Amino acid sequence: MMRALLVRGMLAGLAAAALALVVAWLYGEPQVGHAIAFEEARAHAEHAGHEPEVVSRGVQKTAGLITAMAVYGVALGGLFSIAFAFAAGRLGRLGARATAALVALAGFVAIELVPFLKYPATPPAVGNPATIGSRTALYFCMMALGVLATTAAVIVGRRLVPRLGAWNAITVTAVGYAVLLAVVYRLTPEPDAIPEHFPATVLWNFRIASLGVQLVLWATIGLLFGYLTERSVARRRAAALV
Amino acid sequence: MAESAVPSATSPQAEPSAAPLRLPIRDIVPWAVLAVVLAAILIYFVGAEQGATSIFGGTWVHEFTHDGRHLLGFPCH
Repeated sequence: MMRALLVRGMLAGLAAAALALVVAWLYGEPQVGHAIAFEEARAHAEHAGHEPEVVSRGVQKTAGLITAMAVYGVALGGLFSIAFAFAAGRLGRLGARATAALVALAGFVAIELVPFLKYPATPPAVGNPATIGSRTALYFCMMALGVLATTAAVIVGRRLVPRLGAWNAITVTAVGYAVLLAVVYRLTPEPDAIPEHFPATVLWNFRIASLGVQLVLWATIGLLFGYLTERSVARRRAAALV
Repeated sequence: MAESAVPSATSPQAEPSAAPLRLPIRDIVPWAVLAVVLAAILIYFVGAEQGATSIFGGTWVHEFTHDGRHLLGFPCH
């Protein structure tokens, strides 16, 4: 059973990566292009030498992006199926479809939204290369915090349900989650360095595109995985009844 | 708790649609460990190798995954 779920998760992840790739091409790549043009204009103005090109832009936009998305999608799909296996049948009376949608929402919040709100995606030319070490560490720490806080919220929320009822238990847990994030966001450092005269619209559009890529990725995994699992559960039940 | 610890063997006919999938935790754990380790390695190579830390020398992995890294939200450079 777990084997089937894992395979299904990885395939759903791959399909999700294909859709996210379309969003990345349509909405993300134009902004990456603007940012690189800005970077080159600045390097030209400073008479800095052209950086040697290890991988051409053409390959970065196609084979590179496809590979990165596919690998990320499969990895995420695999992790998703594990989280689903832990959640299925343990979240009240929710069926496979609703459980998958909820796990995808929780995963999107934990792994993407929690780090994004403090350390949003940055296009080329934004960010000081000298701080890449600390920014990477902070980003992954924020991701870990998102996963831990979300797991804790699910455990605490489930325990509160019999005492407070479902609505109040979920409200109390969500408020606690938001307060925790607000405190952490206030206390963590802010190493973002936006160069002078970098166009604000490019930065905004790039960040929205990046959020869109992740949203499509998670939504596709959740909905597709849920649909396929619901169907296989129904088939199994039909076979058992016959 | 909304549902009992024991799967609803008490009244299966009452709600046939609510015979949910429920795997024992001990069946999930070995898969979970393997999947988390493998996924962590994959995400590291897409998101961080040859950025903040390097296992292989050079910048090829960084440059090859460049656009994905930016668009997926990882700090790139």
